[in-house]
Amino acid sequence: MVVSAPRIAKSAKPGQFLIVRNDEKGERVPLTISDYDAEKGTVTIVTQKIGVSSAAIIEREPGEAFADVVGPLGKASELCELSDEELKKMSIVFIAGGVGTAPVYPQAKWLKEHGAHVEVIIGARNEGLLIYTKEMASVCDELHLCTDDGSFGFKGVGTAMLEKLVAEGKHFDRCIAIGPMIMMKFSTLTCIKLGIPVIVSLNTLMVDGTGMCGACRVSVGGKTKFACVDGPEFDGALVDFDEAMRRQGQYKAEEAQDKEKYGFAL
Amino acid sequence: MMTERTKVREQDPKVRACNFEEVSLGFNLEEAQLEANRCLHCKIPHCVGACPVGIDIPGFIQKIKEGDVKGAAGVIAKDSSLPAVCGRVCPQETQCEGSCILGIKGESVAIGNLERFTADWCRENGYSAEATDIEKTGHGEKVAIIGSGPAGLACASDLAKWGYDVTIFEALHKIGGVLVYGIPEFRLPKDSVLQHEINEVLKLGVKIETDVIIGRTVTIDQLLDEEGFKAVFIGTGAGLPKFMGIPGENLNGVFSANEFLTRNNLMKAYRDDYLTPIHAGKKVCVVGGGNVAMDAARTALRLGAEVHIIYRRTEVELPARREEVHHAKQEGIVFEMLTNPVEVLGDENGWVKGLKCIRMELGEPDESGRRSPVPIPGSEFEFDTDTVIMALGTSPNPLIASSTHGLETTRRGGLVADENGATTREGIFAGGDAVTGAATVILAMGAGRKAAAAIRDYLSK
Repeated sequence: MVVSAPRIAKSAKPGQFLIVRNDEKGERVPLTISDYDAEKGTVTIVTQKIGVSSAAIIEREPGEAFADVVGPLGKASELCELSDEELKKMSIVFIAGGVGTAPVYPQAKWLKEHGAHVEVIIGARNEGLLIYTKEMASVCDELHLCTDDGSFGFKGVGTAMLEKLVAEGKHFDRCIAIGPMIMMKFSTLTCIKLGIPVIVSLNTLMVDGTGMCGACRVSVGGKTKFACVDGPEFDGALVDFDEAMRRQGQYKAEEAQDKEKYGFAL
Repeated sequence: MMTERTKVREQDPKVRACNFEEVSLGFNLEEAQLEANRCLHCKIPHCVGACPVGIDIPGFIQKIKEGDVKGAAGVIAKDSSLPAVCGRVCPQETQCEGSCILGIKGESVAIGNLERFTADWCRENGYSAEATDIEKTGHGEKVAIIGSGPAGLACASDLAKWGYDVTIFEALHKIGGVLVYGIPEFRLPKDSVLQHEINEVLKLGVKIETDVIIGRTVTIDQLLDEEGFKAVFIGTGAGLPKFMGIPGENLNGVFSANEFLTRNNLMKAYRDDYLTPIHAGKKVCVVGGGNVAMDAARTALRLGAEVHIIYRRTEVELPARREEVHHAKQEGIVFEMLTNPVEVLGDENGWVKGLKCIRMELGEPDESGRRSPVPIPGSEFEFDTDTVIMALGTSPNPLIASSTHGLETTRRGGLVADENGATTREGIFAGGDAVTGAATVILAMGAGRKAAAAIRDYLSK
């Protein structure tokens, strides 16, 4: 979904997110920026029907307007601070899962443009859920596609693919995992085992996204951080994923009520 | 002869504990005149000196006495652009009313309620008060105001009146800052009262851009270098919540008061037709004793919970407005004084099931002159609760300081600014909680007005 937001498009950097409010009564929904074009003044967002709010966003037709789009929020990817010299020496692998695939795109593009060797692993349950494959192929050196059921590409999860690549002799200086919390947890465990430093992008609950509410707090290295302003990217090895997953479900009961009320079947 | 202070009508505590409508119903004209007649019109009115924006209080009260409410509004408009707000949320007992001579032997004049009456009467009768004899010093020079809370609104309205081209940038989707995300509907009705007062500011020609986060969407340097702004006022408040740093604070069911109130007030989670969820639980402990703690507690009560306020000092030291404490008690909120949490206890699913507290006693006075609370060894006990709301104060957001060259901050994170709001960088001014740390609406408005005058002087150079 391409959204006209000139100010955001002009200042967005890889790794940042924005917040969309569909209409007056809607929630503020944080979404990672999947692409941006300063000249056209547009940003791209990708989302999935998870609940009432995300469904409302998806159902928007071209030409309509959201009540609000605000951003860019959060810190840009730490790798963006490295010089081209340093990046040229680096080999970076992404593990992308589900809608987390979309935000990998601007990062991979940026890193490749600045000289890094970039490989991307995209994992999905089945072939139909593999997204962004064509776009991604154009911005990385090697693209590896995996499906849980083997309906396309490598049969298995993204982490299994990473283990395979390393077993075949590949070396990676950094892994960036973006996707569902559980997938980032297992990507982190695999990377620790393989000795690869790992960065994850946390999609926690948020309200304002500017550091005001603390709904997004997460334990990183034993300290409480706010994903909205201290992140969204953190060193995966330091993140308490079990706490993060538990906190994500904090409004499950209320969300279930909403789904029932709006006749929502998933 | 001294007469009794005129009582203000209120919603019955039992009824209002179940709704979000305004608690106080305010004076009618008859009651307002009765109360206005109590004012002694002191030769040296201490009330004016105690008002952070210096409203001519005896002046507007005189107009009410005469039945000229429009005239009263005109007197207030010279110094305040948000009278309906201030009449409701100012801590009058420590400011104007606290300095009233009548208060020495009896009860002070109900200045807050008179101010509120004046503003409400004008709104209800479709009258817009205009401040008269204003000198236009501006020639359309562009000034950027960052933050649309009380400091920003006060600064913007003065500058607009003086002929400057003012744009307010607001990070959230609604204008008003803490007035809209922090203060609940039952103390300050949003659509009727607050929005009307904001509209009055906009009528002066002030422009607004919502959804713009200065420091992320655009920087102050870009506003000055690329967008033609000649001066900037930073009124970004103190939005970062504090936590205690005790074990269990990240359990499910522990919220900052900011989160709880933002969901309820800004996102209107208390209403069925709005999508944002809120979790109030059955038994709520609110930790803290300020206005924000009272607001969170009374909100949780209205959402159906049994509510306890946990405060480490005694009732005398509660920093909240007296009226809020009084209202909270009437509504059935339980006050646990001289009590401090030491750990949040969780169940096997990671949800709050209790709060471990320790009893306190008051020791020697600290730097602030208040007797500091000291834990009583061995007095720990457990409190059954399923929700904990931390209302421990807030601190300024570091984003602007870190994204703008040449802005210095204090150890506590506030922007360094002189008494007129000038920061360490020329052309950039600041005021309100962004400078002082969390304080009151009216102090922020006072700082906004001082900075407006400093900006006028700077641009007239």
